[in-house]
This record gives sequence, structure tokens and C-alpha cells, in this order.
Amino acid sequence: MISILIRRIVSLVVTLLVVSLMIFSVMNLLPGDPAAIMLGTSATPETLAALRAQMGLDEPIVVRYVAWLTGMAQGDLGQSYTYGVPVAGLIAERLVVTLPLALMAVVISVGIAVPLGVAAARRHNGLFDHIAGAISYASIAVPAFWVGLLLIIAFSTNLGWMPAGGFPGWDAGLLAGLQALLMPAIALALPQAGVLTRVARSAVLEVMNEDFVRTARAKGLSERLAVWRHALPNALVPVVTMIGLQFTFLIAGAVLVENVFNLPGLGRLAYQALSQRDIIVMQDVVLFFSALVIIINFLVDLAYLVIDPRLRVAT
Amino acid sequence: MQNGISWGALGAAISRRGVMALALAAGVSFAAPYAQAAPKTAVTIGMAVEPGGLDPTIGAQVMIGQVTWQNVFEGLTTIDKDGKVQPQLAESWDVAPDGKTYTFKLRDGVKFHNGVAFDSSVAKFTLDRARGADSVNPQKRYFTSIDTIETPDASTLVLKLKHPTGSLLYWLGWPAAVMVEPSTAAENKSNPVGTGPFTFGSWAKGVKVDLKKSADYWNKQVSVKLETASFRFINDPQGQSAALTAGDVDAFPEFGAPELVSSFEGSDKLATVIGNTELKVVAGMNNARKPFSDKKVRQALMMAVDRAMVVEGAWSGLGTPIGSHYTPNDRGYKDLTGVYPYDAEKAKALLAEAGYPDGFSFTIKAPQMAYAQRSSQILQALFAEIGVTMDIQTTEFPAKWVADVLKAADYDMTIVAHAEPMDIDIYARDPYYFNYKNPAFNEVLEKVEATADPAEQDKLYGEAQTILADDVPALFLFVMPKLGIWDKKLKGLWENEPIPSNVLTEVHWEE
Repeated sequence: MISILIRRIVSLVVTLLVVSLMIFSVMNLLPGDPAAIMLGTSATPETLAALRAQMGLDEPIVVRYVAWLTGMAQGDLGQSYTYGVPVAGLIAERLVVTLPLALMAVVISVGIAVPLGVAAARRHNGLFDHIAGAISYASIAVPAFWVGLLLIIAFSTNLGWMPAGGFPGWDAGLLAGLQALLMPAIALALPQAGVLTRVARSAVLEVMNEDFVRTARAKGLSERLAVWRHALPNALVPVVTMIGLQFTFLIAGAVLVENVFNLPGLGRLAYQALSQRDIIVMQDVVLFFSALVIIINFLVDLAYLVIDPRLRVAT
Repeated sequence: MQNGISWGALGAAISRRGVMALALAAGVSFAAPYAQAAPKTAVTIGMAVEPGGLDPTIGAQVMIGQVTWQNVFEGLTTIDKDGKVQPQLAESWDVAPDGKTYTFKLRDGVKFHNGVAFDSSVAKFTLDRARGADSVNPQKRYFTSIDTIETPDASTLVLKLKHPTGSLLYWLGWPAAVMVEPSTAAENKSNPVGTGPFTFGSWAKGVKVDLKKSADYWNKQVSVKLETASFRFINDPQGQSAALTAGDVDAFPEFGAPELVSSFEGSDKLATVIGNTELKVVAGMNNARKPFSDKKVRQALMMAVDRAMVVEGAWSGLGTPIGSHYTPNDRGYKDLTGVYPYDAEKAKALLAEAGYPDGFSFTIKAPQMAYAQRSSQILQALFAEIGVTMDIQTTEFPAKWVADVLKAADYDMTIVAHAEPMDIDIYARDPYYFNYKNPAFNEVLEKVEATADPAEQDKLYGEAQTILADDVPALFLFVMPKLGIWDKKLKGLWENEPIPSNVLTEVHWEE
């Protein structure tokens, strides 16, 4: 058990290093000079050179990479070119929007998908199964930002029930904050729920034919109990894998939805940083996204160990 | 002003395209009941794009000045709402007859928001910082004519120039020339400290900037009515519209979508105020590249353009056609749209004369902003009528456009809104992306700087405009309108924008 953990942690660190190198290379190869963007059309070459020196852009690329890494090792993510404040603070400010948004979306997605998937599996090939299938395929096909647009038209424009966008901040009250996040969360969750429904359905179907479920039924357990108490727990591994994948997707996928709903989240920060070539912010945000994916995968691996005792044996 | 091209105002409104509408924030709609007792002293101004930093002396984005200029920061001179130079922290000045010595009498009793007094040493520090070797001032070129700066006493500043610079007083009024306090200058980007009527409050990144009324503003002649002011950033035009309707935002001085403006007509609550900006939409051509190196080709293309149609298609008919790189706001403006008016037949003939009887093909690098894309599409159709094929290549603005067009001049044609006021001198710059070189034009602009006589300058600006209208280094299309939408009770906002700004000094609520 311990050796598995250590092995996983080492591979996590190595992965992060490789990813950081990739991110740094891509970001610094992008066309567009952040200094030139900041100085606009009237800048003289000397001014540009002065600003590049001030921003450290005149240093060799290797030096910049090492400086970035050593800074991060000491907890310093650097200063935003455009905002002129530490990036760590910027990310923290945005995380309080994006993280609750992604969490809400996961809860909604699971809340829809698991019952629907289980019900569809129970009525395998029945009418309900087909309808659930059609709905989930349709929701997979629809992009989240478009769902967002439809929600805005329906509930903000026409009915006036919900804010059309923007975020009042958590200091405006928990309720106001949650209200602002509800529609974006639904928009994010629906396509994910479609995928998750399919996964839950097939996972449950698979175990329903296993001997232990038949035994449970033979004991005289009701179909409902046989499914919820015996089949579902054993079908959870693929479902949890999918939720893990989706959570990371939700955080990254928030870029589009946050733009649609004008939410000051991490996705918008990344988008703004990209358009202004605020390279340091982009590097940090993308690395943060990547680290999140890697760490969540790590946690999902750990979750397997909890769900399935057979995996706890070191191989 | 601060930066040439419209870095922002009309920036990348990519989100939530298309559909959708005047939605209402349910959470706020009930928050509007007016308190009858006390007059309102708070205002929320909407802006499309958040500035990157709040120091106009180190960043080119017009949005920086639109938040801070005249609100937080002030200059030796200022530009008024008619575009005229007025005294500010310098109460008067004297220009030597040779035009090379400017002696400023500085105002007494002016303090920065942190309590430090403004005097000649501060002014010298500011100007030295802007013109020094490691200056990162986006308009550094305007300070380079200063040779030495003397401070005989605390309220006298003497600028000795290398050569006469007739536009110096005007440039000193720009956001890039505002006075900064030596001990706080380095921090102004995130915590601006100036001498203006408002102090910096806070900045919720990605959301808004809050300003507060300064407790002891030096200028007792103005009575600042606002206690607080917020600048809120909403990129998407639909979101802007929703925020205005819901009352989340009291004013959008530069509303983003002309096609939505008519939706405010007849509103009881909101006024639509259409004014002028300095945003000149021009389709620059690479004058060093064939076939654009041939003046006849450029003139033919100009005649192929029906400006009225471009304005109609690109900006819902709101906007003023121009015949040169100059706006009706600017001093000495001449309407030169008649020099090469729309005439497809003549255009064809001229093209044949230039050796292109069957037309030619080229590519326009068009930024993603709506005005640029739509204008390009109309130009494409108009050029097709004279047998010229134009491919539209969308080029990410600002990053890729700056790299490919502005810096590398690797393009045939491009289209962009130049935001700096009175920037006709860009056609005399070398290098500059047009690659336009005309010694006669440069000479006229040198004469402008050589004289301090405003009437003479206006006349010379007229000559400069005429040379450009005839040479057509760029297709001069139209000036963007300033689409102001604001609460009918809100008074004191500028109707026109001779310099990109949101001056709040006189803004107040009508009781």
C-alpha cells in the first residue's frame, strides 16, 4: 500500500515537471510580444527594449524557465505583466468562482446521471432506456456554451428569474453567489451528465449479470435493493473514473462558459491573459489546470483503492 | 491616445455572440428604488475591456486613461471636452519667441493623494522618467524634444527644447504625460496615486475598479458631486445591454454594439447620446509592396469604396466617413471625402491605366473585432466589382497583429481603428507599418512643430490632410461614433471624445 503511494507520488512529480516544460515552451513560442502589446503603436524601439529588460524578457529562455521553476518551488508564481500584482493572488481570487462552479456542476451531473443510468439499466432495452439514451446522446452533442445561451434566453431574458451573467461576489451573500453560478453550472453539467449516464448505465448492466447479483436476487432481494445495494457499488469504479475526468474537464471547460456568463473565474483569467500575452499568468494558470488534472487523477487512483479492496495489493 | 490602435474600446468582444438580449438580473432588479431623501452620489460606469494596469505613463491601452485620466491623475496641461489645451497643474506658461524655451508657472497648494506636495521637482521627475534611457512610456517620442529641465524654484519649471515643438502643450495634456509622485510611481500600476479629484479605492480584478472622492482636491472652483465611482467591465454587448437595463450600470459611454443601440430608443430611463471619437477606421496598405506601391492602384481602390455602404454595413450607419486620417473633432479638419469619391467605373479605368486591366488578388489581415470583420467583408464585395479579389485572413488582435503587421509590416492590406487623437504624424514615421514615404508630407508636419501660431498650425494640418487624401497610403473609411447610453438623470458625461477618457469631475445626478 505504502509503496504504491510512493510510486504514484514520484510519478506525479515527474509528470508535473514534464508538463511545466511543455507549457513553458508552448507559451513562449506563441507569436506576439507582451511588451509590444503593452506599449501600443507609438512605442520606439528603445522603449520596447527598456520594457523587455524590465520584464525580464531579454533573458535567455532557459534562464527564464529555471527562474519560473525556482520561483514556484518557493511559492512565488511571479507577477502579472498586465495587472502588476502577484499571480498567486489572482488565481486565488478566481478560484473562489471556478471551484464552486465546477463542484456544483459535478453535483448536478452526478445527481442527474446516476439515477438515470441505473434506471435505464434496470429497464434494459425498454422504452425508458431508449428515451434516456436519446436524451443523453443529445446532451452530449450540445456544447456547454450553447446550453448557456439557451438558459440565458429562457430564464433571464424571457422569464427574468435569473441573472444573465456576472458575479456579485461572495460578500454579496451565499445565496446571491449560488444563484449567479446556478445557470453556468447547469450549462456545464448537462453535456457531462449525458456521458455519465451512459457510463453508469453500462457499468450497472455489466454487473447486473454477475453471479453475486443473481445470488442477491435469488435470496429474494427486491430488484431495487439488488441494484442499489449490490450492483451499483460494484459498478462505481468506471463511474468514479468518469467523474474524475469530468471534474478536470469542468474546470478547464469553464473557460467558455465563464465567458458566456461574464464570470470572473479562472477561465476568463486565462482567456484575458492569452489575448494580452500575459505569458506568466498563462503559464501559471495552465500549469495549475494541469496540476489539477494530475492530482485529481491521483486522487481517483486512491479512490479505487478505497472502493475496490482487491487493488490494495501491491503487484 | 495612449496607444495607437483601439486596444480595447472595441476590443475583443468574442463571448456570447449573436442572439440574446435585454436580460435582467433578477437579483438586482429590486435594488433600484431611489432614496428620495439624499441625492445620489455614486455612479457605475460600464467599460467593455478591463485595463491592464492603472498607470497611463507605462501602458498604451486607452482603457488605462479612460479610468484614471483626469479622475486620479492630472497633467501640467489638460485637454478639454472640445479638444482644446487648458492649464491644469501649470496655471500659466510663457513660450520664448524662438519656440525653444517653455517656462511654466506651477500651481501652489496641490497635493498628491498621499499628502506629498506637487512642485517643480515632481514635474521634473515625471518628465525625466518619461524621457529617460530606461523609460517605458508609450509616448516617449513626444518627450524627446526636451533637452534640459530646470527648476529655478518650487513653482517654476523651465523646459529647454532641442527644436521648436508646437504640439508640446497638447502632448503634455495626454494621459501618458500625467504627473506622478516619485515615491509611489513604481506602484501606480496597481495602486495609482495622483492629484485628481478621485482617489483609487480598490480593484476587483476582472470585475471593477472603485474610486472615491478625494478629501482635499486642490481645485476649489469645481464642486465634485460624486462620492464614489465604479468602473465595471462587461465585454459582451448583450451583457452591457442587460446591465444597463437592469440598472447595474448607470452609463456605458462607449457602448459596444451599434446594432443594439436602437433597442434603447424610446426608453424612459436611458438616454442615447451619439458623439464623436478619435477612432479612425482605416485600411492601411503596404506601400512598399506591389501593387500597392503604385499610387494609381491605391487611388483606384479608394474610388472602389462606397464609404456610406461601409458605415452602414459595419456600424449600422453610425459613423462619419472620412477622406483623410483626421476627424471632425480635430483642429483644422477638412472634409476630403470628395477627393476620391465612390466611382467603380473610374476605378476600373485607373486600374487598367496602372497595368491591371484584369484586376489582381491580395490578402487583408483583419483583426477579429466586429468592425474590422464587417468592414472587410464589404470591402471584399466592393473590390470584386472592379475585378480585384481580396481574401480575408483573420489576425488575432492585438498579439498577432502587432507582431505581423505593426512590427514586421508583413501584409498587403489591413484594417484597424487608430485611437490616438491627432496622430496624422504616423504617416511620417519611419519605420511604420504603412511603409509610406513622402518627404513633402514630412516637411509639412515639421512646419507644424516649428510654429507656435495655432492658425498657422491649423492651415498646415489642412495641407497634411490633403496630401494624404491624394496619396491614399491607406483607405480612409470612417470615424467611429461614441455610442453613449446612460441614465437620463445622469449629467456631466462628455458627449464627444476628443481624447479617450471618462472624466467624472462634473458628473452628477439630477435631483
